[in-house]
Amino acid sequence: MHPARAWRGRSQRYRLEGEICEGCGARLFPPRDICPECQRPARTPYPLSGRGEVYSYTVVYEPPAGYEEQAPYIVALIRLEEGPLVSAMLTDVGPEEVYIGMPVEMVTRVLHRQGEHGVIAYGYKFRPVLRRTVMLPSPSAPVTA
Amino acid sequence: MYENGHRIMKPSRPVGIVGYGAYVPRYRLPGVEISRLWTGGAEPPPVREKAVPGPDEDVVTMSIEAARNALARAGIAANRLRAVWVGSESHPYAVKPSATIVAEAIGATPHVQAGDWEFACKAGTEAMQAAIGFVGSGMADYAMAIGADTAQGRPGDALEYTAGAGGAAFILGPAEESLAILEGSLSYVTDTPDFWRRAHARYPEHGGRFTGEPAYFHHIVEAARQLMEALGTRPEDYTYAVFHQPNVKFPQKAAKMLGFRPEQIQTGLLVDEIGNTYAGSCLIGLTAILDEARPGDRILAVSFGSGAGSDAFSLVVTEAIRERRDRAPRTRDYIARRVVIDYATYARYRGKIVLDT
Ligand SMILES: [Zn+2]
Repeated sequence: MHPARAWRGRSQRYRLEGEICEGCGARLFPPRDICPECQRPARTPYPLSGRGEVYSYTVVYEPPAGYEEQAPYIVALIRLEEGPLVSAMLTDVGPEEVYIGMPVEMVTRVLHRQGEHGVIAYGYKFRPVLRRTVMLPSPSAPVTA
Repeated sequence: MYENGHRIMKPSRPVGIVGYGAYVPRYRLPGVEISRLWTGGAEPPPVREKAVPGPDEDVVTMSIEAARNALARAGIAANRLRAVWVGSESHPYAVKPSATIVAEAIGATPHVQAGDWEFACKAGTEAMQAAIGFVGSGMADYAMAIGADTAQGRPGDALEYTAGAGGAAFILGPAEESLAILEGSLSYVTDTPDFWRRAHARYPEHGGRFTGEPAYFHHIVEAARQLMEALGTRPEDYTYAVFHQPNVKFPQKAAKMLGFRPEQIQTGLLVDEIGNTYAGSCLIGLTAILDEARPGDRILAVSFGSGAGSDAFSLVVTEAIRERRDRAPRTRDYIARRVVIDYATYARYRGKIVLDT
């Protein structure tokens, strides 16, 4: 990705910032300024929770340039809690561990490095929800002993 | 005034920790795996295992997660932070602040101080002292200090056994909103060349035995002793103490020299499980203590950075700890998330050139 293009999209890429439609309440990701549900303008930034589940996935064994050190890795479609489907790399999980419906959460990681001298691109990925030893205050969060 | 009362640092407005968060990567390299490769298993490793970052992790990504955990616990919006400071000796860029990326990722930009701090393993507490001053002077209501490292040792060097990865973030704010109130801090610094890395060198050099007495023990013990003297506290007044942890033995010996019992340092002593996390070391230990502490508990935290110096902090836990600590994962949750790797995987993840033995 060109640094200028990466720079413009950094809010959505670093912290999964989407948009909300003031008309019908739909949450949009990626941001596209027009609501796909009611076709009205939707330009209000909305921070997505980052929680969702694996909708589908594929394992990449022969990666494009800049991604070699991470191969093999998993690219997945994630159904976010707020509704949108987002395509992203999974991390902290092996091909033998992933499954459809796996609860995941957003983390910000290195997407790729342009060699030893270029810019480092950071962005969202998803990982299996961290197991907690203690119950969370949020009712939607998982609880494991 | 106490005899050395002028050496202690106290902000004019009372300050404390309003939020904290830790991060430790999931991969672990056992010490026996390193020992097997370089000495045929002849030497017992100084730590059981160490945390290793995945191929998509660095100081920036670890700082972001620790910072998000700290914000969740503080319950404040990121745009209320007036500083995001990252202390590390493994910033991914030589020129280009880690802190700007962290600040952007957590939503703290643009009205924020952002900068990287360097002082070997005490870079994080150096940032914490500055954050205390920032809030204590009234310039800011909230300031974030992070200590994080993905430390590297030369293959086969003694440091390779212990050089781990992890980080911790602290939000300093007004004492009345704090989960732990600062009683005072003290810094003790001298020019001591016990450990260094030249500008373009990949791995650090160390002064061998020189790293013990005149460096680690002298600075830690003096900083802790003088802080307690100025506050009028004694080791038995502290429920917990945490010291910089380059290995298991050093903090145990420092605690003994100061008169602390093994039980007082046990909760914060994590080096046997995650390795030496450098700028994160004593700070991650402090997060593990806050995860378990009760209101009224007093905590002593003392860092050490080669070069050399120590920062000592005395804190008292408040009632706010009860409702805040479970707003984010506990440090033990990260330590429990553990995937063992072998040396070959480690070398690939860390970009090491494996030498012929
Ligand atoms: Zn709409």
